[in-house]
Amino acid sequence: MTTSSTPTPGTGRARFSRRGLLGGGVAVAGVAGAFATGRGTAEAAGSDPTGPAAYAFRGEHQAGIATPVQDRLHFAAFDVTTDDRDELVSLLTDWTEAAERMTAGHGAGPVGPVEGDPLLPPDDTGEAIGLPPSRLTITIGFGPTLFRTADGTDRFGLADRRPAVLEELPHFPADVLDEALSGGDLCVQACADDPQVAVHAVRNLARIGFGRAEVRWSQLGFGRTSSTSTTQDTARNLFGFKDGTANVKVEEDHALDDQVWVGADDDTGAGWMTGGTYLVARRINMTIEVWDRQPLADQEAFIGRDKGEGAPLGATDEFDEPDFDAVTGTEPTIPVDAHVRVVHPDFHGGARMLRRGYNFVDGTDKLGGLNAGLFFIAFVRDPDTQFVPVQNAMAKNDAMMEYLRFTSSALFAVPPGAGDGEFIGQALFA
Amino acid sequence: MNRRPRLTAVAAGLALVTVPVLAGCGTESTAQSGDASRSLTVSSTDDACDVSAAEAPAGTLTFQIANEGSSTTEFYLLAEDGLRIVGEVENIGTGATNTLTVNAEAGTYVVACKPGMTGDGIRSGFTVTESDEAPEVSETDQQLVDRAVANYGAYVDDQAGQLLEQTQEFVDLYTAGDDDAARALYPVARTHWERIETVAESFGDLDPKMDLREADLEPGQEWTGWHKIEKDLWPDEAVDYTPLTDAERQTYADDLMANTQELFDRVSADDFTVELDQIANGSRGLLEEVAVGKITGEEEIWSHTDLWDFQANVDGARVAFEGVQPIVEDNDPELASELATRFDDLQALLDAQRDGDGFVLYTELTDAEVKELSTAVNALSEPLSRLTAAVV
Repeated sequence: MTTSSTPTPGTGRARFSRRGLLGGGVAVAGVAGAFATGRGTAEAAGSDPTGPAAYAFRGEHQAGIATPVQDRLHFAAFDVTTDDRDELVSLLTDWTEAAERMTAGHGAGPVGPVEGDPLLPPDDTGEAIGLPPSRLTITIGFGPTLFRTADGTDRFGLADRRPAVLEELPHFPADVLDEALSGGDLCVQACADDPQVAVHAVRNLARIGFGRAEVRWSQLGFGRTSSTSTTQDTARNLFGFKDGTANVKVEEDHALDDQVWVGADDDTGAGWMTGGTYLVARRINMTIEVWDRQPLADQEAFIGRDKGEGAPLGATDEFDEPDFDAVTGTEPTIPVDAHVRVVHPDFHGGARMLRRGYNFVDGTDKLGGLNAGLFFIAFVRDPDTQFVPVQNAMAKNDAMMEYLRFTSSALFAVPPGAGDGEFIGQALFA
Repeated sequence: MNRRPRLTAVAAGLALVTVPVLAGCGTESTAQSGDASRSLTVSSTDDACDVSAAEAPAGTLTFQIANEGSSTTEFYLLAEDGLRIVGEVENIGTGATNTLTVNAEAGTYVVACKPGMTGDGIRSGFTVTESDEAPEVSETDQQLVDRAVANYGAYVDDQAGQLLEQTQEFVDLYTAGDDDAARALYPVARTHWERIETVAESFGDLDPKMDLREADLEPGQEWTGWHKIEKDLWPDEAVDYTPLTDAERQTYADDLMANTQELFDRVSADDFTVELDQIANGSRGLLEEVAVGKITGEEEIWSHTDLWDFQANVDGARVAFEGVQPIVEDNDPELASELATRFDDLQALLDAQRDGDGFVLYTELTDAEVKELSTAVNALSEPLSRLTAAVV
């Protein structure tokens, strides 16, 4: 490749470095501590100005999972368009390098958005010039079709390394999936506190991928719907309710090991997944206008929590444990079809998820209604025991289902983090 | 900006020896290969192009062309695709003789005489067989550039000439009311426009008169050109459409012909050249035409013959790339090989949509097929965006 740069009229001006433009108001101190574990510290709340300014891309686990959830999302699923294993490896290598640069607040390429040869397209698209790292995380996953295509082809010689649980999710009641918006060979979850930074990341990874991978579908999320840190307030979904109160939090080391990270003995045929996790993505459209006409008491009964505080019905504080045995009059205080009851770990063998979903509004539909809802993302150690039964129970019994339509669905294996000199998912190709 | 090392060997394809052929003037050469099987004679008449042999061994070939017809002629040696010019002599007067000398590697070629100097000429296949004596020829940096520029200029000339001839045929059918035949010729004639679309568009006054789509009209702007006639020939999907009268047909046909003649005159002018960076940028530009107009079915909104245009844009992009390929191979061999592969990948997808002599209509493509084509266009366009920097 011809990458040598030549003297240009712009020579001599300062290189743009997003990070270099960070003002003193953003605390860069403490970054190293957060990098060391690849996870946020207790102080590292997504919107908290005292938290770290950036998260390292490399680490034991990928960032963007047990990281205090940032405010904005751009999620993209890709089809791999090459059948050449070496090209797939080169793509993951290029993505790793670009992700490492972008999460540190630099451009996607080694040259920069305005520093290169005037005859070449820039190796960074430039819309993040001057923006801080914005706590960007880039999390990369592998879909079932990477290992074997729908028609059974083992394009990359990976079929025998597919984790047993990495299969297309089953059809669930209320699924009205658009196949073009579901699945994918690869996924990229880009989260940041600035939406432009998240979009910049996906856009540049897509550009780097042309000829090797192509975007299959993507989703923007404008606001987090859950908290993944005890320091974060619980956010609200578009029904107006606090969401994710009982989420697995980054401070729960034991819960992370128990519920999120794949253990060395989980699947001996897929040892490369040790320290990884599984990402479930579900685009949930809400019939907003119909919901908004429901009486307050009905809304609270559907959810099983009060709308203001978020406390379980019959309790007073958001973090009070729900009392499923309580009775008001002759009826259970928390109705049998209330969301909080139907999905509660007590009824699913203690199964929990680390949820990292986002509210979305994709304009309006043809009838003038909001095309909106919740882009559900959950990280689990085993989708078969932690997600599928919960989704089935919800589909069968949850009063909220009347206002939901599931329009996109995907499952990805998220490999562990990349160490120094490694590309993401390297152990899979070893 | 001199990052290009001195070229010491021709990487592939054909190289002219002795004086490079320049667009717009014939090359006389006295070079002789000394091998009778490499010395060929050509008799160009009004209706024949007789070459003394249909094959020759690789090496330095000479074609001695005698114009035995009644009008000035040209002689071309074309690549296997019948599009890219690898050597040519123009302006061979009646009764005159001229010689083309080329250094040819083994492969399949096309030879053509073009009596009258328009149209696609009288063509036949020509084979160059393997030979131990095929010489390596050194060309300097500047010679490679000169050859690329000359051959691309000749290619633009050639396509403009074929456009002129087929547009005349098309408007004759259209004004005679032979709509079926006009519809059949429409995408075929336009192919020659689309192959040199970026050059045609460089004439900012002609392009809007010839190729404007109805959706791109400004308020008060008069609509003329190909797509005006397209709508009149395919009115089924037009709402409240009033067919053009015979007189109106004649008006728009005459207008299109006059502008086509003007285009031909401009690209045939002695001072018209397409510089190296313009060739490379044109290759990228043609793929952009595909990405924004053809892949969306917006170009031929009434006839739905977008895939003819698609193929023609790709033809033009490929010819431009192959013209500068020896330079790219020297400066950035990885890019050259990537581009060659991606062109092949895209062509394979287009070939799958062939139907008879042409293509299926855009409206017959499934969403998945459009996406597949789009993916291949993206895959090619990405390395193509680095072409200009690799040649200048």
